[in-house]
Amino acid sequence: MRRAPVLEAHDVTFAYGETPAVDGVDLEVTAGEFVALVGPNGSGKSTLLRLLLGLLQPDRGTVVCLGAPPPHVPEPWRIGYVPQRRILDLDIPATVEEVVRSGRTARRGWWRFAGHADRDAVDHALESVALTELRRRPVGELSGGQQQRVLIARALVSEPRLLVLDEPIAGVDLAAQRLFRDSLVHLVEAHHTAVLLVSHELGAVADDLDRVVVMKQRILFDGPPRELAATGVSLGVHADDLPRWLEELQT
Amino acid sequence: MSIIPLFGALALPWPFDREYMQLALAAGLVIGLCAPLIGVFLVQQRLSLMGDGIGHLAFAGVAAGLLLEIWPLWTALFVAVVGALAIEWLRSHGRTTSDLALALWFYGGIAAGIVLASRAGNGGLAIVPYLFGSILTIDAADVRVIVVLGIGILATLALFGRALFAIVVDEESARVNGIPVGLGNSVLAVLTAVTVVAAMRVVGVLLIAALMVLPVASGRILARSFRGTLTISAAIGAVSVVLGLAAARRWALAPGGTIVLVAAALFAVTNVFAVRTRAAAPAHHHGHEH
Repeated sequence: MRRAPVLEAHDVTFAYGETPAVDGVDLEVTAGEFVALVGPNGSGKSTLLRLLLGLLQPDRGTVVCLGAPPPHVPEPWRIGYVPQRRILDLDIPATVEEVVRSGRTARRGWWRFAGHADRDAVDHALESVALTELRRRPVGELSGGQQQRVLIARALVSEPRLLVLDEPIAGVDLAAQRLFRDSLVHLVEAHHTAVLLVSHELGAVADDLDRVVVMKQRILFDGPPRELAATGVSLGVHADDLPRWLEELQT
Repeated sequence: MSIIPLFGALALPWPFDREYMQLALAAGLVIGLCAPLIGVFLVQQRLSLMGDGIGHLAFAGVAAGLLLEIWPLWTALFVAVVGALAIEWLRSHGRTTSDLALALWFYGGIAAGIVLASRAGNGGLAIVPYLFGSILTIDAADVRVIVVLGIGILATLALFGRALFAIVVDEESARVNGIPVGLGNSVLAVLTAVTVVAAMRVVGVLLIAALMVLPVASGRILARSFRGTLTISAAIGAVSVVLGLAAARRWALAPGGTIVLVAAALFAVTNVFAVRTRAAAPAHHHGHEH
């Protein structure tokens, strides 16, 4: 049986001035689907992500997220967003637990104090990224990989139906990537969360994907990883060979 | 009988044995607690100089009040709140960068203040206490207004604090999750304006930003959590007021300046202490495990 889409984009187009960044993109992600959006640097991945999340308005086309266009999403806290760590500087005098708890603020009502349900959700999220022991540590004292896990736990803590991650494994070592992969697979399989992962390297998650979407301003490929593999592209390490493959695809 | 029930009639020890010192203490403690609480959020948003910019606007508001013969606190409050919202609007709509937005108001405000004060004739002299602070001449009516503003600031922070925290952690995620980011940032701007106006008579418009930034700089070093940063910063602000007032009375110093010098000295001591601690345990910070 086909599941309902949690994210739909139709003909989404956006340009920075005269430079087109996203051109006529159609994309659909359904519940319980694990999708990777890949493409070389400057291919418009992050811009598309911002359009899908409602942080940018498309010049043309429509986005429907959890059943409504982004400013009107009925339960916006059902969207978990993990921004790029190198853009979000975690230079805040706060503990791991405080940062993760801030992910529950919208869900319980921003004016309310945290209750039992919030504390349980924080415990669970910390556990799922193996940060329970570091919960009272200031985030500024953590390594890059640990900070990444803090941001993932913050996104998980509101029990999202759609989890969007921007370059989550850049600069994270293999052990941390495996931990990260396990929590994503658990989310997809046990909670039917839709996961959209934006990256230019797929590393540890390559084998678990339902679909790979390749873009360079436009969508160049959208299908299961094995179809992509059949064309001779390795999903393991393709930061360099993907653009070359794209050129071949276009010719 | 004192108009402020708790103060004036109290038998407090030196240096707060006199009524004027007790009024100064009441007003000073409100500002010493509130200014750093707002400052924690401003510093995190990289808006440390917001208080300064709004202080200069409030200065123009005081001058306008003197010219129009309205109580300067009200005109200052009006001009500061409207100006703060305008700065926040310019900032959030990306019309100009934060520091340029502040510079516009900073110089526009002080220039308007000078022009308006000169038009107010001899009344222009009355602007001096607002420029440099005049906490020892504060009267019960001033204290009442400051206490009410202080309660308003604390109540608003109690309501908006968690949303503001989510916003300073990551504004975009907060926006995606449906936290009213625009409202939160506007509330922070208004709280800054109200704090500035409440603090005018205590330390003067020229030094208001110091009380929003210096205790926070110490708090960020000493605390290991956000809650701790708020608590320690407010405590350092309050201690600076008490010690500053005592030193000002003992050695007949300008109280506003003395309070800020105490806050600066506490920051210097904290900094030296932190550098020593870090040097003693270099491996503890920035661990490299993943």
